Amino acid sequence: MVQYLGARLDASFGAISDATRRGVLEQLGRSDASITDLAEKFHMTLTGMKKHVGVLEQAGLVTTEKVGRVRTCKIGPRRLEEETAWIERYRQLWDARFDELDKVVEELKRKEKVDGSKKRK
Amino acid sequence: MEARRESEATPMKNRTTVERTSERELVVTRTFNGPARIVFEAWTRPELFKQWWVPKSMGMFLRSCEMDVRVGGRYRLVFGHDASNSAEFFGRYIEVTPHSRLAWTNDEGGDDGPVTTVTFEEKGGKTLLVLHELYPSKEALDAAGTGAADAMSETFEQLDELLVTLGAPRVM
Repeated sequence: MVQYLGARLDASFGAISDATRRGVLEQLGRSDASITDLAEKFHMTLTGMKKHVGVLEQAGLVTTEKVGRVRTCKIGPRRLEEETAWIERYRQLWDARFDELDKVVEELKRKEKVDGSKKRK
Repeated sequence: MEARRESEATPMKNRTTVERTSERELVVTRTFNGPARIVFEAWTRPELFKQWWVPKSMGMFLRSCEMDVRVGGRYRLVFGHDASNSAEFFGRYIEVTPHSRLAWTNDEGGDDGPVTTVTFEEKGGKTLLVLHELYPSKEALDAAGTGAADAMSETFEQLDELLVTLGAPRVM
């Protein structure tokens, strides 16, 4: 958990090192907005804005919620109940780690396949 | 429309869940699209472990990673760019069962650190990973969470100050 905390601090500072992300935080401080709204406001593609929001979410500065087809972003999880908030941040940390682990697993599977076909020859 | 784009961007992504299952236990689960043997390897070989333990989005730097994966063997992770500004995490392995089970202690915080147990269960070429963190007491888990929350609000105060210093963000 201590490790998780250190990681969170770094993630927060990493998240606000970018001008667009600071703008998004300022915007969300005024009102909640969808990813589409934010993308339009900051003249970005939906994909680009999703990445920025993802970084802010990772840092626990923003939460998103999907209702129907619209993903709404708000300043968070300071507004959530304390335990829910830290468990959610903890989940995000593991989720980010496991996304990277997926890549390692894919790479090892690919290598095994190559080695396996070499041995058969 | 957004929903479709999202699913296209991450076609194979499995969900990570976290649950506080008891007063002193947290459980994390995730399925991986590969055999247990491979997933286990990624947890036990330092050169592989280093590739995923610190995701890029964290903006952290893992300076050193030593892992002696056997019962009683020690591990030590050092974060940070230099010796004056670094954080260390260490402990020892208490269970090592190839491809199915790993457990270690987290000793950097003294006696209040949890014991982490990871199990790998293979089914149809996929692996269900379950990670338990068992704290010595309810208080230790609460403190870990509350401590994190307190430090977070402190961070937010620093962030607020920093945001003021940085002034109005440039949009274009």
